[in-house]
Amino acid sequence: MALPTYAGPLERTWYYGFRIFCGLIFFFLMAPILVIIPLSFNVQPYFTYTREMLTLDPAGFSMRWYNAFWNSTAWMNAIRNSLIVGVSATLIATVLGTLAALGLSRREMPFRGLIMGLLISPMIVPLIISAAGMFFFYSSVGLAGTFPGVILAHAALGTPFVIITVTATLVGFDHSLTRAAASLGASPATAFRKITMPLILPGVISGALFAFITSFDEIVIVLFLAGVEQRTIPREMWSGIRESISPTILAVATILVMFSIALLTTIELLRRRSERLRGMAPQ
Amino acid sequence: MAGNRGTVQSMVSVSSAADDQSFVRFHNVQKSYDGETLVVKNLNLDIARGEFLTMLGPSGSGKTTCLMMLAGFENATHGEIRLKGQRIDNVPPHKRDIGMVFQNYALFPHMTVAENLAFPLKVRSIAKAEIAERVKKVLDMVKLGHLGNRMPAQLSGGQQQRVAVARALVFEPTLVLMDEPLGALDKNLREQMQYEIKHIHEGLGVTIVYVTHDQSEALTMSNRIAVFEDGVIQQLASPADLYERPQNAFVASFIGENNRLPGKVESLNGKDCGVRLADGSLIRALPVNVSGQGDATTLSLRPERVRINPDSGTDNTFEAKVEELIYLGDHIRTRVNVCGNDEFIIKVPNSEQNGQLAAGETVRVGWSAQDCRALDA
Ligand SMILES: Nc1ncnc2c1ncn2[C@@H]1O[C@H](COP(=O)(O)OP(=O)(O)OP(=O)(O)O)[C@@H](O)[C@H]1O
Ligand SMILES: [Mg+2]
Repeated sequence: MALPTYAGPLERTWYYGFRIFCGLIFFFLMAPILVIIPLSFNVQPYFTYTREMLTLDPAGFSMRWYNAFWNSTAWMNAIRNSLIVGVSATLIATVLGTLAALGLSRREMPFRGLIMGLLISPMIVPLIISAAGMFFFYSSVGLAGTFPGVILAHAALGTPFVIITVTATLVGFDHSLTRAAASLGASPATAFRKITMPLILPGVISGALFAFITSFDEIVIVLFLAGVEQRTIPREMWSGIRESISPTILAVATILVMFSIALLTTIELLRRRSERLRGMAPQ
Repeated sequence: MAGNRGTVQSMVSVSSAADDQSFVRFHNVQKSYDGETLVVKNLNLDIARGEFLTMLGPSGSGKTTCLMMLAGFENATHGEIRLKGQRIDNVPPHKRDIGMVFQNYALFPHMTVAENLAFPLKVRSIAKAEIAERVKKVLDMVKLGHLGNRMPAQLSGGQQQRVAVARALVFEPTLVLMDEPLGALDKNLREQMQYEIKHIHEGLGVTIVYVTHDQSEALTMSNRIAVFEDGVIQQLASPADLYERPQNAFVASFIGENNRLPGKVESLNGKDCGVRLADGSLIRALPVNVSGQGDATTLSLRPERVRINPDSGTDNTFEAKVEELIYLGDHIRTRVNVCGNDEFIIKVPNSEQNGQLAAGETVRVGWSAQDCRALDA
């Protein structure tokens, strides 16, 4: 989209102004994340750039906080807990969300809009309200302060993402394919496994990744529901900031940023693959 | 439209469709989607083993609905459907062993052509070596042997269509349903595919139920044609019968071109009848669908059955004024004004004895009573 040769002064101003504006937005979004990455290599236990760092003196940098992170049982426990909760909640959310999306995509399904609204409400209702509600409800059934409690709560948060991404994949899904599979002798289960599932898989996987990330950096529900046993990474960072103020959390944050970038790249690659499969993009 | 009909007329011998062991039988089948309007009204249809039966009819006449009921994707509201004498209403679609070619092909986009073809064999747990062999054979049959490793999206429309046909045949079903499979193809490819499907049918001896709204396609391919209108079979007959002897005005106008002359029956005996047109002329015609004197009727007359300067003994002869001539190569489409009807079409063969007509000229035209059918009004 290069500037056309006939562009007048107004168009030129708009053209460059628009690009500068976009750049500013990116800066606004990215700066807080980017700024912590160099800080995590700080030799000093400060949250500010030292003179050595600004002059790029190697003496100003170290892996100190990364080592502290690897050697801390509290952090290692937090990672283990985050993975247990994240993976379990993702599995539950993916299965439930996929099934719900499949059901909701059927024409004969009654009250589709209403049910859809209910199922994605955890995304819309303020988290603190869900968390408070869950706290009282889970306490009364003995789930508060347990892994199943945190996992179920996170599954409820993640399910809407799966429903939305799978529903979006199903919009373009040709239902005569399942009929074709049946006419060729495939039972409904086989048709689902061999035809429907591979075709909606990109939607399922991106939904699952969103659900996992949601659980992975969720703090409000963890604060309400989790006991000492269920301290997750965000919970550990929370106390790290309030109690010990150690740049270790900068190292953790950097690792998490890298992790998120890897996940998002996966989503993008999957999306391209699904487009290619459906013949929307040239091979 | 029906110019090349007869050239590939099927030589398959078809057992009488009315016998008790008919292959497919629709008995008093009704279908309603909304519980109010019937889109299929009391359908009775027997299809013989090995037959190529075409359902032909305008859009919305219920053809796809009939196929879907046969394939098991819709339930009949009333009546029963039998396959080989067994009721199939309670058999789920995947156990009916009916091949189906969908209008949009419905090829599995994430599988190669060969995988698509292997799918019905795999779900039947056939051995790998045999699958490979049968896939290769069927690919050769549709002349796509070299394209087995392509994805469906990398094929042209005609190639995809052939894969769809091959996939519906590869597991050797005894019945194959095809829902307007050639709808998306251009004219040449369409004609070529018509021949290919026809040859496959003759070669394999499968029973095919074919849906189309293209009448020339129906005429070239079928053993019998069921003409649908508004959920009712208007006529079920061989292509030649349907063209030569339409039973009612709808069929006459839907199949091929015809001249329609509205009138009233004035005299009627077993062999022929006299019909008075609005302008007063009296035409001798073959009574088909009229019951008595005074009946309103529509005379149906094929444009190619009208003669210019007919022999003296011809049943009907009239003066006609030539209005318009359209040169079409093998024949000249001539519009004349006869019996007060100026939309009357005559197909004059482009041969020497017919000489040159000119617009504005007056000629004598004539036709035999046998060719002029008195149908319902
Ligand atoms: N799923 C459905 N729900 C409600 N009505 C339907 C449904 N499918 C078809 N109909 C109606 O049933 C009638 C017959 O439809 P059908 O698809 O059988 O027509 P068709 O003869 O195949 O037409 P075409 O040549 O356009 O494919 C139409 O009036 C259509 O609107
Ligand atoms: Mg149809």
